[in-house]
Amino acid sequence: MLRILQQISKIGSITEPLKSSEAFEVMGAELKDAIRKHFQGSLAIRLVDAGSCNGCELEIHAANNAYYDIERFGVHFTASPRFADMLLVTGPVSINMKTALEMTYDAMPSPKLVLAMGDCAANCGVFGKDNYAIAGSVADIIPVDAVVHGCPPTPTDLIQAILALLNAT
Amino acid sequence: MTALSNTWFAERLGDHGIHSQYLEDHHPAHMPCLEIRRLDWADAAEEAKRLEMRFVAVWAALAGRHDDAKTLYSYMAFAHPEHRHVLLRTPLQEDNPEVLTISEHYIAAYRMERHMQDMFGISIKDMPDTRPWIKHEHWKADAHPLLDDFDGHSPMQPDAGRAQVDYDYVSCESESVYEIPVGPVHAGIIEPGHFRFLAVGEKILNMEERLGYVHKGIEKSMQGRTASDGLMLAGHISGDTSVGHSWAFAQACEYAADVMTSKRCDYIRGILCERERIANHIGDIGAICNDAAFAFMHVQCSRLREDMARLHHDVFGHRLLMNTLTLGGVAHDVSEEACQKLIQQTRDIAVEVEHLRAIYADTASIQQRVIGAGIVGVDDAKDIGLLGYVGRASGHEADERIEEAYAPYDELDIAIPKGEQGGVSTRVWVRFEEIASSSRMIIQMLENLPKGSIQTDWVAPEAGVSGFAAIESWRGEIAAWVRFGTDGLIDRYFVRDPSVINWLGLELAVRTVPVPDFPLVNKSFNCSYSGHDV
Ligand code: SF4
Repeated sequence: MLRILQQISKIGSITEPLKSSEAFEVMGAELKDAIRKHFQGSLAIRLVDAGSCNGCELEIHAANNAYYDIERFGVHFTASPRFADMLLVTGPVSINMKTALEMTYDAMPSPKLVLAMGDCAANCGVFGKDNYAIAGSVADIIPVDAVVHGCPPTPTDLIQAILALLNAT
Repeated sequence: MTALSNTWFAERLGDHGIHSQYLEDHHPAHMPCLEIRRLDWADAAEEAKRLEMRFVAVWAALAGRHDDAKTLYSYMAFAHPEHRHVLLRTPLQEDNPEVLTISEHYIAAYRMERHMQDMFGISIKDMPDTRPWIKHEHWKADAHPLLDDFDGHSPMQPDAGRAQVDYDYVSCESESVYEIPVGPVHAGIIEPGHFRFLAVGEKILNMEERLGYVHKGIEKSMQGRTASDGLMLAGHISGDTSVGHSWAFAQACEYAADVMTSKRCDYIRGILCERERIANHIGDIGAICNDAAFAFMHVQCSRLREDMARLHHDVFGHRLLMNTLTLGGVAHDVSEEACQKLIQQTRDIAVEVEHLRAIYADTASIQQRVIGAGIVGVDDAKDIGLLGYVGRASGHEADERIEEAYAPYDELDIAIPKGEQGGVSTRVWVRFEEIASSSRMIIQMLENLPKGSIQTDWVAPEAGVSGFAAIESWRGEIAAWVRFGTDGLIDRYFVRDPSVINWLGLELAVRTVPVPDFPLVNKSFNCSYSGHDV
């Protein structure tokens, strides 16, 4: 136990301001306000991997690490669509995941936000739309409110996209 | 590269009365492809088993440029620790493509055979399990995507009449057994797949996997791509193994085209692959501990992983090392300054991981959860042919860095951990050992980085030529087979991610395990869904 405490105090707090630009700091503050106002201080996100290569998932995990600590803005990932405010979708929608994606979307209470993450979610990316196994991009299957590009988008891109989407709502 | 052809298995087959013919248009010669008669198919597998060869894969392909126009071929590959890989193939009958199952000899073949059945409509005789696999219930009965007359370019329309059909899961009549369906959408931030548990009280009686949800038609989509376009796709077969899959694809192409990479390129590829191994092991160790509520480790490990991702971005242009290989080379050279940074960070991380490992070993609450959980016995591991750290934790140490000893590993000091206990704690132990061993190799490579160019000219081979490669990615051996068509375009690509085999181990490991331990055991395997479903 002592060693655990030692390690924790040795590393200290490593959480970073998102970007040194002042505009971003303002945005971070706005996000917190937006979440407080619209979502009582907590934004619950449900992730659906609709066919990703799992690269996008790695960056979502990274957004939760101590450097980015997405939870400090009140954002957390939930296990059930039933209490999710936002659906985060990665990957092109495979024909074998289409139904599951639709069911998850339907299971969410309204109003609901959908963020399509990554080039695949945006336009099927490297896998292409001209592919028998791909039903389409996320917007071809369910209504999408915002898209964040990248293969995969970095944790900073992801956090910024969530902020931007909330600020726009 | 050995130019001598490897005739060992052909001779053994000959002793057994099985005639085989060496195919000139397949490379490399030390991993030959032999054509045998169809009626010898299952006997050849039996003979491989008798010779204690490891099963690598079974797949199919339509005839290439040099083959009989309309014939479908069935392929299989085996590996021997001393005599390396060998491929066998046999032509199937044109009007009735049918071949005997080999899963009687190698159980790991049965899902791949089901895949052949789905993709080509080949009927596999005497199969223990004939249910479709990647072909989910809503597909039309006559949809066989890898046949020539299938339209691979527009989204497949479902068969409306089959929308409500369910997969025929293993079930149990007993009143005291209850079912728990999980997925395809899982609770955490992970890939989709379905698990069907049969449980008695707290314990799992049987767990059945249903995969294929993230099938992306990669084999079909490869057809007609240029090799460099194909390389990009290969790098996204499983995002966490981008280097591993790119390397397997590139090496298969380079063997086919007889392109020799430079020493400096080999070393940089080695550095990339070992860094990918370390990053994933660190991330997984944290995640395993997190599943047992030891969040401290998770926070510390994800910090280290992030440090690695940032340096990867600075040196190689991508946090997850995507797009870092080219055909015949690597995309980024390593400057002297970058070299020092990589050495320094690799050292620091190795030290930090050892420190965390001591804390992990001393924390009774985590030890109690991992010791003895999710065991796969040594015999079972060998029977299935489990790969990578999963195999090595159960005494099955197949490692292509030693068996194939492709460059740069022929010049490095590799230490392979070998466990016997086969549980979560052993798999974690193997990963800790591998982090240490990979760190040493990375530093060895960086300190001895050969001078010279990082790129050899790439010229695609003529139509009909194929190449095979086996690369030890962080999860274990990736087997890749590429055949070229006209104009240097890819005409067939088959890849077997180690997960295809290791998923079978998970089903065994969770028998009689309490249901709440499933996530922990699952994490310790961490098989790829995307790599499996392709
Ligand atoms: S956008 Fe890139 S990283 Fe994300 S799922 Fe697609 S291929 Fe993978």
